[in-house]
Amino acid sequence: MASAPTGPQRVTQPGILRFEKVSVVFDDGVRALDDVSFAVREGETRILLGAAGSGKTVMLKVAMGLIRATAGRIFLFDEDVTNMREQQLFDVRSKIGMLFQESALFDSMTIAQNVAYPLLNQKAIKMPREKMEPAVRDSLRFVELEHTLERYPSELSGGMRRRAAIARAVVNRPPLLLYDSPTAGLDPITAHTIMALIIKERDVDNTTALVVTHRYQDGNLVANFRYNPSSGRLDPAGKAGTDTVFMVMREGRLIFEGSQAELEAQQDPYISAFVKRPEKDAA
Amino acid sequence: MLDLLKGPIQAIQEFYELTGRAIRNVWRKPHYVDDIILQMDAIGVGSIPIVMLTGFFSGAVMALQMGQSLLQYGQTGRTGQFVSIILVRELGPVLAAVMVAGRNASGIASELGSMKVTEQIDAMRALGTDPVQKLVTPRMLATAVMLPVLTVIDDFIGMFGGWLIGMAFFGLPTRQYWTSATTGALVWRDVGEGLLKPFIFSFAVSLLGCFYGLRTSGGTQGVGRATTQAMVAASVIIFILNLFIGMIFVRRS
Repeated sequence: MASAPTGPQRVTQPGILRFEKVSVVFDDGVRALDDVSFAVREGETRILLGAAGSGKTVMLKVAMGLIRATAGRIFLFDEDVTNMREQQLFDVRSKIGMLFQESALFDSMTIAQNVAYPLLNQKAIKMPREKMEPAVRDSLRFVELEHTLERYPSELSGGMRRRAAIARAVVNRPPLLLYDSPTAGLDPITAHTIMALIIKERDVDNTTALVVTHRYQDGNLVANFRYNPSSGRLDPAGKAGTDTVFMVMREGRLIFEGSQAELEAQQDPYISAFVKRPEKDAA
Repeated sequence: MLDLLKGPIQAIQEFYELTGRAIRNVWRKPHYVDDIILQMDAIGVGSIPIVMLTGFFSGAVMALQMGQSLLQYGQTGRTGQFVSIILVRELGPVLAAVMVAGRNASGIASELGSMKVTEQIDAMRALGTDPVQKLVTPRMLATAVMLPVLTVIDDFIGMFGGWLIGMAFFGLPTRQYWTSATTGALVWRDVGEGLLKPFIFSFAVSLLGCFYGLRTSGGTQGVGRATTQAMVAASVIIFILNLFIGMIFVRRS
């Protein structure tokens, strides 16, 4: 699987997000994505692992239409968005929530204004004004930050900013979520809180997600735990597991796509470096 | 050779593209009126003290030098005339624009540059907003309105500074100074030139600030670089444009 990353049936499957032989070459000649193909099915969570500079963030931005593909085609909700104009893309983007690496909250706005931003600015979302405030509160309650409504991003800690950014990404209940390194630069406890929120969002709203990370434990958590609404905690998913697929990127190429078991069985040293094997955990 | 030219040509093309989009957005919805007013306050009202200070001292020093020169010919009574013509036609628009470029082109570049490197510009696009419409057009409109206003303030305060020096150093009567500085010196064409210049300069200030801000790369170091580039480019362009606009008016006279 490592050398043949994409099974043919996966590529041709209709998906909520589909890449077909997508390449991105920057002006300086750097090939950020190289012939990448995959399809994300509805309800699936994809964990995208890779070293820094391997093209993970570029892939998310290409999926969102923020960076244009040099070659290949991108389909979102079975619609070809490869050459769509920016104004047309706004409607498609309203169905996607994105968490940026550094949260990307607007410094000049309060947390409430930040979370309300997509509701106010995305034309496709026709929410009456009177329903916006409850929606913003709900979203902030979801990430347990209801008390920060009138505070500015600079007044919050890194973890709180990340949570507020998740609230902004999910406020309009999009069916697809893209998380760019949600735990980067956070301490292990806060990182766990963020991953728990991602799992909670997946299980509460049944969303499809693409999670970019360089930490295997993030993927392990998503693949093996479920949110328990009655206790509000994460419980082991048991043998049924979750609908999680792992992907590994290296220098712009997708070098692995498969289940957690397949990933852990890989002998490729680059891929193995990401996988924290159970026996090592025990040790 | 071609590789060397590629970068600058691409930059010029991108700048014209940005200018075109910013101007087109003036007629396209949504109009971010709140942002325009906010920027008018930040760019216009915020620049009043610095424009007043530079206007006052440049008018005062001009009166001092002019008065001394004119004294040799027994023409100190015409000090006001010289001060007002130079201020209204040349120095007022250029000084106000250079001050605003120093304060705001750099400010805009650093603000937008910081937003760029922290992915706020991408977030804006992801959340349904055209950054040119939300960030560039309001700054362009606000500067286009406020820079001519600031220039008028600069001109007036400059004349005021000249009047104080005229009185204190050359004993010029108030009435004589103001008569020669206004009706005795200025014609409508001067006023037109004095207002057209800042209007055109305003586009250089705001659009170059936005342009360098939006193409920032390379983290905080890139923000610093964009800030300097925006200020230097805007200042240089102001001086170049000043000559060309001046040539148009001189040719017509």
